[in-house]
Amino acid sequence: MITHISFWVFAVVAVLSGAAVFWVNSMARASYALALSFIAVGLQVLLLHQNYIGVVTILMMVMEMAVMAVYMVMFMGMNPALMPMNMVHDKRHALAAAVGAFLLLAAGAVLIPWPARRGTPPAGVTVALGEELMGPKMLVMAVVGAVIAATIVAGVVLAAHRTRYDRLGDDLRRRPANDPQPGGVGR
Amino acid sequence: MTLQTVLLVAAALFSVGLYGALSQQVVVMVMMGLELMLNGLIVAAAGFWWFLAPDPSGQVLLLVIIAAMTVEMAMGFAVATHLHRVRRVDMTDMAADLNG
Repeated sequence: MITHISFWVFAVVAVLSGAAVFWVNSMARASYALALSFIAVGLQVLLLHQNYIGVVTILMMVMEMAVMAVYMVMFMGMNPALMPMNMVHDKRHALAAAVGAFLLLAAGAVLIPWPARRGTPPAGVTVALGEELMGPKMLVMAVVGAVIAATIVAGVVLAAHRTRYDRLGDDLRRRPANDPQPGGVGR
Repeated sequence: MTLQTVLLVAAALFSVGLYGALSQQVVVMVMMGLELMLNGLIVAAAGFWWFLAPDPSGQVLLLVIIAAMTVEMAMGFAVATHLHRVRRVDMTDMAADLNG
C-alpha cells in the first residue's frame, strides 16, 4: 500500500515539476524544477527495486542541474533567479505535437494487453548487475567508456578558448607560438 | 502500481519534454526538454524491467540510457559554450545555418 501511494506521489511530483521547467519564469528555477523531477524519477526507480540505477540517477542529475544553474549564471548575462523569460517559438504546434505524442503513447500503454508479471528479480540486484557488466555485457561498458572518453575530448576541444592551432597555426609549425602573454622556457 | 501506470507516467514525462524540445528558443532549455524525454525513458525501461524481464540485461540498458544523457548534456554544454563564444548568442533561432 505504502509502495503504491509513494509511487503516485513521486509520479505527480515528477510530471508537475517537469512541466514547471517550461512554466516558471526563470532559468535557475527551471533547472531546480528539473532536478526535482529527476529525484522523483530516481525514487520511483528505487521503488522498482533497482537500487544502483536509482541512486546513480539522483546523484548524477542533481550534480548536473547544479552545474547547469552555474552555467546559466555565467552565460546568460542576467540574474537568472529574477529575470522573467518567455522565449518560445511555435508554441501551438509544439503543444499539439506533445499532446499527440502523449495520446499515442498512453493509448499504447493502456490498450496493449501486456502479459502478467513474469520472472523474479535476482536476490542481489546490484551484485547481479555488476557480474553482468564484468561478464557477458562487458562489451557494452567498454563501448560506453570509449564514447564518454571521446565526449570529454570533443567537449574540451569545442569549449576551449584557445587550442594548439591558435598557438602554432593550422600546420602546427609557427615558432614561437602566438601566445597573448610571452614567457616560459626558451621564449 | 502496474506496468500501465508506470508507462503512463513515462508517456507524460516524454510528452512534456517533447513540448520543451520543440518550443524553447534557448539552447539550454532545449537540452532540458531532451533530458525530460530521456527521464521518461528511464521510467519506462525500469517498469519493463520490473514487470516483464527482471534479469540484469535490462539494468544494463538503463545504464546505457543514463550514459546517453550524460553525453548529450556534455556535448550540449560544449556546443552552447562555443556558440556563445563565437557569436554571443544562446538562441537556436540565431544558429539556423543548416536550416533548409
